[in-house]
Amino acid sequence: MGRTLYDKLWDAHLVDQQDDGSALIYIDRHLIHEVTSPQAFEGLRLAGRSPRRLNANVAVPDHNVSTDPNERALAGYAGVADATSRVQLETLNDNCNDFNIPLIDLADQRQGIVHVMGPEQGATLPGMTIVCGDSHTSTHGAFGALAHGIGTSEVEHVLATQCLLTKKMDNFRVVLDGEAQPGVTAKDLALAVIGQIGTAGATGCALEFAGSAVRSLTMEGRMTLCNMAIEAGARAGMVAVDQVTLDYVKSRPMAPTGEQWEMAEKYWKTLHSDSDAVFDRELVIDASAIEPQVTWGTSPEMVTSIGGTVPTMDDMQDETGRKSLERALDYMGLQQGMKLSDIPVDMVFIGSCTNARIEDMRAAAAVVRGHKKADNVERVLVVPGSGLVKAQAEAEGLDKVFTEAGMEWRAPGCSMCLAMNADKVEPGKRCASTSNRNFEGRQGFGGRTHLVSPAMAAAAAVTGRFTHPANVEAL
Amino acid sequence: MEAFRVHSGLVVPLDRANVDTDLIIPKQFLKSIKRTGFGPNLFDELRYLDPFDEEAPSATRKLNPEFSLNMPKYAGASILLSRENFGCGSSREHAVWALVQFGIRCVIAPSFADIFKNNAFKSGLLPLELDEAVVDRLFQQSANGEGVNLTIDLDSQQVTLSDGAQVDFSVDPFRRHCLLEGLDDIGITLQREDAITAFERNHQRTQPWLFNEVKL
Repeated sequence: MGRTLYDKLWDAHLVDQQDDGSALIYIDRHLIHEVTSPQAFEGLRLAGRSPRRLNANVAVPDHNVSTDPNERALAGYAGVADATSRVQLETLNDNCNDFNIPLIDLADQRQGIVHVMGPEQGATLPGMTIVCGDSHTSTHGAFGALAHGIGTSEVEHVLATQCLLTKKMDNFRVVLDGEAQPGVTAKDLALAVIGQIGTAGATGCALEFAGSAVRSLTMEGRMTLCNMAIEAGARAGMVAVDQVTLDYVKSRPMAPTGEQWEMAEKYWKTLHSDSDAVFDRELVIDASAIEPQVTWGTSPEMVTSIGGTVPTMDDMQDETGRKSLERALDYMGLQQGMKLSDIPVDMVFIGSCTNARIEDMRAAAAVVRGHKKADNVERVLVVPGSGLVKAQAEAEGLDKVFTEAGMEWRAPGCSMCLAMNADKVEPGKRCASTSNRNFEGRQGFGGRTHLVSPAMAAAAAVTGRFTHPANVEAL
Repeated sequence: MEAFRVHSGLVVPLDRANVDTDLIIPKQFLKSIKRTGFGPNLFDELRYLDPFDEEAPSATRKLNPEFSLNMPKYAGASILLSRENFGCGSSREHAVWALVQFGIRCVIAPSFADIFKNNAFKSGLLPLELDEAVVDRLFQQSANGEGVNLTIDLDSQQVTLSDGAQVDFSVDPFRRHCLLEGLDDIGITLQREDAITAFERNHQRTQPWLFNEVKL
């Protein structure tokens, strides 16, 4: 019987399988950041252990860094204004120095969001098992890799043993067939899938995205799609390897070269589900019917298309659903049945591991070009995903497009996606955000988040409300 | 890790679905480099009426009297009752630490998010999946009267309700074993050192590029 992509990746990393279903899988790449690692390093120290394979690790600070260009221009960690954050950032440096873990530090141009940096550097390669103490590690599955988030205890476990104690997940394939309409991006596909299966729809599953609409995506788009797998409950999302994957990976700093490349390429080309592979679950979606998406509530599954309306109590099937709707509308300050296109926004955030790659910057700039920030929009933050994305965008003049429109061009980091640093949505303010979570308080206490694509965020920034990007040209 | 065998305690209800880890422990507390001290900020945005201030001690903050964890009838509760997909979102293990440090030993829900469930087992917190009908019944019982006391026996995989009724449950055998014995995962894995080394050797032979030196 044929095997799925996940089956192949699992089989290639299985160290030991116990009768009780628990298994030990080998981890090829471990990405580390400042927030979920200090307690793991402390655990190693207390037990007198050391990392098993240093070259499996790459560390970078991202979650808790300032994106204020002035603060970042100051040399070294002494420039970090927030004292608690400075300690956390310095702790990452100290731990990497103490244990000889490869580190890209805050001053390095390659610094960026761990899920942007990894693929850029070729630290992410097809066929790898990749873990990180961050749920959006699913991003790296776009390369035909098995990648997922882990907790801090598991970070310590991987450092000490190079393995993960786990259990095999179910195979779930989502097939997105057909040609996406103009203005519909990978983010819209992801939100539409989550809207259909729900935020726990793929719990316990490895989610493979397939179909013509997925194959026609760039690597940036595939990363956006796999990034959001966790918002559908799947720890891991993945896309089969094809020529698009190989073209992206080739010549990355950490990618193999010469004979090793030939050998790797031959293996990587086998990383797809066999035609006779059997999936535990399968869902086929017509991608050509998907419109640009906007979330209206406090869970990514509370989503509809730009032409849609906020649901009403009559749309809910049970008491739990009605309670959730009531609480979400109260928190979001919205009315049942209102049109999404009638909702004005106060802030716009373009960034995060979901949408801060060069293609995202280009998509947002294409909508903004020739326009100004709308008067009712107080603030627009554009936060490139890494120093390299920032440099590329500046070389293309995109930073000027944003700043001339009255928007802020920031330094790289996770920023307002989780609002650990100073970038926050103020209480009661409404933000169009290209990030991945619209939970209560996620972007700041009392902040109201609407998840959208970069093009939709840019359209909201220049029109002051949710607007189909195609309608911006006509302004 | 503290072992979990039999636990008796009071149930505190949190009647909402999709409780995410941002809600359990908001991001501002993730700046800590320690594993302890998260208890006072469990459900911070639901529990307090005034926002967190780094300079002010938690004890001086204004509690939200309408939040179940603050209600006198649930004081001292060690079992949290909630709805489906508990612990979704961020992988932050701080969420489990906050629950445990507050005094919660078990969360009961119809379903859990994968990463949270994994994390819970590592810190001696039992994520207990019970049928929706049983969860409904527990919600009704804990809303009425003086509160519900449960006894959870992980060894026999049985919950005894305050009225004496018993409900069976099932926990992954490996996780159950580790919790019962309070075993440390790393210690268990290191016992399989030979298997890891053998795998590693073969892996390096077939995919040598994975073992290249990281030159930054």
